[in-house]
Amino acid sequence: MSALAFILAGTLAAATPLLLAALGELVAERSGVLNLGLEGLMALAAALAFIVVYQGGGHALAFAVGAVAGMVAALVFAGAVLTFRANQVAAGLAIGILCLGLSALAGRSFESLTITGLPKLEVPLLSDLPTIGGLFRQDIVVWLALLGTLAIHVMLRHTKVGLIVRAVGENPRAAQAIGHPVIPIRYAALAFGGCMAGVAGAYASTVYTPLWADGMIAGRGWIAIALVVFGTWQTGRVFLGACLFGALSLAELAAQVVGVQLPSQLLASMPYLVTIVVLGLISSNRRRMRLNSVASLGEPFEK
Amino acid sequence: MPEFVPREHASVRASVLAPFLALALTVVVSLVLFALLGKPSGAALHALFIEPFLSWYSFSEVLLKTGPLLLIAQGLAIGFRAKVFNIGAEGQLILGAICASALPVYLPTSTSPWLWPAMMVLGALGGALWASIAALWRTWLNASEILVTLMLSLVASQLLNYLLLGPWKDPAGFNFPQSVMFQYEAMLPTLLPGTRVNVSLLFGLAATLAAWVLMQLSFLGYQLVVGGLAPRAASYAGFRGGRAVWVSLLLGGLAAGLAGAAEVAGPIGQLQRSVASGYGFTAITVAYLGGLRPLGIVLSSFLMAVITIGGDSAMVTADLPVAAVRVVQGLLLIFYLAALVGVRYRIVWSRIATQATS
Repeated sequence: MSALAFILAGTLAAATPLLLAALGELVAERSGVLNLGLEGLMALAAALAFIVVYQGGGHALAFAVGAVAGMVAALVFAGAVLTFRANQVAAGLAIGILCLGLSALAGRSFESLTITGLPKLEVPLLSDLPTIGGLFRQDIVVWLALLGTLAIHVMLRHTKVGLIVRAVGENPRAAQAIGHPVIPIRYAALAFGGCMAGVAGAYASTVYTPLWADGMIAGRGWIAIALVVFGTWQTGRVFLGACLFGALSLAELAAQVVGVQLPSQLLASMPYLVTIVVLGLISSNRRRMRLNSVASLGEPFEK
Repeated sequence: MPEFVPREHASVRASVLAPFLALALTVVVSLVLFALLGKPSGAALHALFIEPFLSWYSFSEVLLKTGPLLLIAQGLAIGFRAKVFNIGAEGQLILGAICASALPVYLPTSTSPWLWPAMMVLGALGGALWASIAALWRTWLNASEILVTLMLSLVASQLLNYLLLGPWKDPAGFNFPQSVMFQYEAMLPTLLPGTRVNVSLLFGLAATLAAWVLMQLSFLGYQLVVGGLAPRAASYAGFRGGRAVWVSLLLGGLAAGLAGAAEVAGPIGQLQRSVASGYGFTAITVAYLGGLRPLGIVLSSFLMAVITIGGDSAMVTADLPVAAVRVVQGLLLIFYLAALVGVRYRIVWSRIATQATS
């Protein structure tokens, strides 16, 4: 298989955990709350989902458990920042530390064990094409994630619910004044974000790399947060960003296919280095950042 | 329904009580959690909070752990008060360790008495240099220092792996990912004879004094605090936000880099992966738990060192995994941040009273 075919076939699956987590974070940030605990939420869900599949519970139950775990953790964070008015940056880090610890605790007896992932579903005819055929052979979660991206785009842009979430993020006082309760809406947005991070974590440990190892999320939660900035809070651009990083994470394997000799540590750092560079490039356009970013992001709401 | 009603003045009593309330809640929740895991809860708590005090050896290990936590947290707290969120102290620590190790790695036969002091200087500069990338990105490119410092940590950890598996690997080290053992002159002097406690504890105490002078007495410290509390007021007063970013990140990087240098020249004695044991992340909890105040951080760094050493003995006596320490740490921080609500708000329980005041 050529390196190009390899990357085309693998990009969507590699992008899926980033995409799911970033879409959840996007909705939460659109409502005005920054959740920096994503890495921990994904790790906790990944550990629990892996255990469910390993014990024979099946993938459907694993994803449900992951989603609930992510949601519960996000609600704890929501309680701290929305009800108890805790600093969002610090509370996000705290929930991240807590969930990373819990994931290691839960997964301790399952370290380095493996399970079977999910079968690929093919699009008839298209998947037989040369080179790009692999693009049309994906597991069901990838297909659902693509549908979900579209659904979230439509929800945020074209529905009343999306308008309310955006209004709460842009101008919470005005939203409250016309009868949209800011705090409950932010709770809901965070719960949704937690669910998505949970599903992303479950995908990482039960489908994409079907094994559990402490630290296996490896910064993907943080990259997902960066993707929301890259995408300047737009669903479509977040999707493109996730694909770019998905492809990038395959670079290490692709380089071996082609036979390029580079230190593996350099290749492993590529997603982080590219994040730093792209973050600088995108953020340096101050005007576009101001236009697109969420006005009340990170600020507590006082009635 | 309880409601939070803003206070006229911040409550000093609530800010003093908050850490104790958080500690109490953490103990209760940990007890339940350990019981759910089928571990002996009482023994686990005893190991975590009491056993570190039961022998001189374990107490000296607590002091050994306090040094780097104190040092790093003092640096970070300055930035946190200015609302510059450097969460990549772990990476700055690794760079400090790498830069300091360069001397004994390349000059393995040097017996100069200036070797360890030079390593400390190099380490601090290395940490500051790593942090300055984030400062440059923030001031020049407007990029979030939260994400950049974190990403730089992940890069630093790969750089460490590269050096240990490649150019700096000890040829006589049986292929372990570690550098040569450092010579005597590269090691920090011991502070308490008979223990592993070295002068890095003094670095932490000196940093405390310096942070106190900076934040309490100097105009620069005042500018940093105003910039954090009221960015608009600060800019009307002509305080430059860019300078706050540079000062915060450079001081944070300097402290973390020095801590990393003191680790390789102290308890570890060579460059190896265990230098990245999470001090940089734990120090974030330490800084907040100490109320971001220099004196509070002395207490919180000691408490966190106790829990860390206690976690080691809980592993033996209560079969508790190391990860339990991270859980306790996360609980402590989240409860503390939530308990801080009492500083600026009072809790009103009755619905009528709420309506009367709002």
